[in-house]
Amino acid sequence: MNVLLDNLPALLDGVWTTVWMTVVAGVGALILGVLVTAARVSPVPILRAIALGYVQFFLNVPALALLVLFVFALPDVGLLMPLTTTAVVVLIIYEAAYVAEAVRSGINTVAMGQAEAARAIGLTFFQSLRLVILPQALRAVVQPVGNVMIALLMNTSLAAAVGVVELTASANKVNLVHAQPIPIFVGAGLAYMALALVIGLSTGVLERRVRIVR
Amino acid sequence: MSASVLFDEPGPRGRRRIRIASIITVVVLVAVVALGLHQFGDHGQLDAAKWRPFGQWPIWKYLLVGLRGTLEAAALVAVLGAAAGLILAIGRLSRVTPVRWLATGYIEIARTLPVLLLIYVTLFGLPRYGINLPLLWKLVLPLTVANAAAFAEIFRAGILSMPRGQNEAALSLGMTGWQSMRLVVLPQALRRVAPSVVSQLVSLLKDTSLGFIVAFTELLYRAQVLAAYNHLLVQTYLVVTLVYLVCNLILSGLAHRLQNFTRRRAAGPILEKMP
Repeated sequence: MNVLLDNLPALLDGVWTTVWMTVVAGVGALILGVLVTAARVSPVPILRAIALGYVQFFLNVPALALLVLFVFALPDVGLLMPLTTTAVVVLIIYEAAYVAEAVRSGINTVAMGQAEAARAIGLTFFQSLRLVILPQALRAVVQPVGNVMIALLMNTSLAAAVGVVELTASANKVNLVHAQPIPIFVGAGLAYMALALVIGLSTGVLERRVRIVR
Repeated sequence: MSASVLFDEPGPRGRRRIRIASIITVVVLVAVVALGLHQFGDHGQLDAAKWRPFGQWPIWKYLLVGLRGTLEAAALVAVLGAAAGLILAIGRLSRVTPVRWLATGYIEIARTLPVLLLIYVTLFGLPRYGINLPLLWKLVLPLTVANAAAFAEIFRAGILSMPRGQNEAALSLGMTGWQSMRLVVLPQALRRVAPSVVSQLVSLLKDTSLGFIVAFTELLYRAQVLAAYNHLLVQTYLVVTLVYLVCNLILSGLAHRLQNFTRRRAAGPILEKMP
């Protein structure tokens, strides 16, 4: 137990890195994911194809392989970014595919009459998507998107494998020095569970507040 | 609601707009690809000499050994994780309170722990207590611990999605609760969740890339060794990413076909009997 208290600053630094990576990557993935969904249901066939390709690619490629590619290989083609920034960018484009899948399933839950009514009163595609379809779709997918965010929280740990010192990495570092795996890893595990609980509870609250009563 | 409901069959003006949007998209896409290729070319990464090795059998043979390790680990995790998941799912639905609590606790905890943390525990934690697993199991054990919870939730959803009447009918025939579960509910529930199970297999195969950290001979680890040897980082990691993509697209395609198959089967007989 003491080992946790003695190394609290290092571990809290790790927690903080994990939190801000999750928040920044989460917001980025949400925005990019909605854009990808919009492209995926757009009238332009080429945009639809690109969006489908994007989603299929990132759903089927390991996040760690992408991280390794971006962090170790892309500097060879002159793409130099700070390590943590690279990790966050990878997480954004990776999780955006999952957000896009969730939002698309939300669009499928919107009643067909809504889209027909939006068209009937003369809204353009973008207007009906922005004013009628997406608001309802997004409200319907709070829970699935929350699950994507929890997955994102856990995937931030992969950044440890390429050298970002977030919660998992800092726990491991402390353990390598003090060799008391049980309290350290249990502590790190509890921290992850607490963060996941925060995401889960806030999506629960949000879901109740924005639910559409039909 | 399908996407096509969102817009009308375009008229002359709509078609013109779509054409313009298509042209802009293509131009932007070509520009991005050209910029990327230019960047690659500028740093000499497009030289034929740097890609030629990937036309040679020994390099592929080296990577395919890694792929075999990936598939081996994935298969082990799939079998162990699915078996443990089934037990956990039944445990979570059990009427015996302590069993239910244990299963629920395990599932909820395991679902919110990053796999990498579990790997670090097996890698750096367990040896301190005299448990030093073989390399393969250092990857398989943490993945199984995590995936068992995921499988359990899939199976539980399947069991809960069965109509209550199935279980009630089995009980009224004189079956015990366990017999009903084993002979009536589970076979139908498992068939119903088959597509989700295959999707979980995709995620699991992706997770085996963590063998990179435990130095188990799987695809990504082999790529790392190869890249360190031939200094072709970009090429090697790109090729390996594409290999993962192909493997998982095959699995995803299987999930898609299973989904259509089960949907047809579920819908077929009932619709036929409709008056």
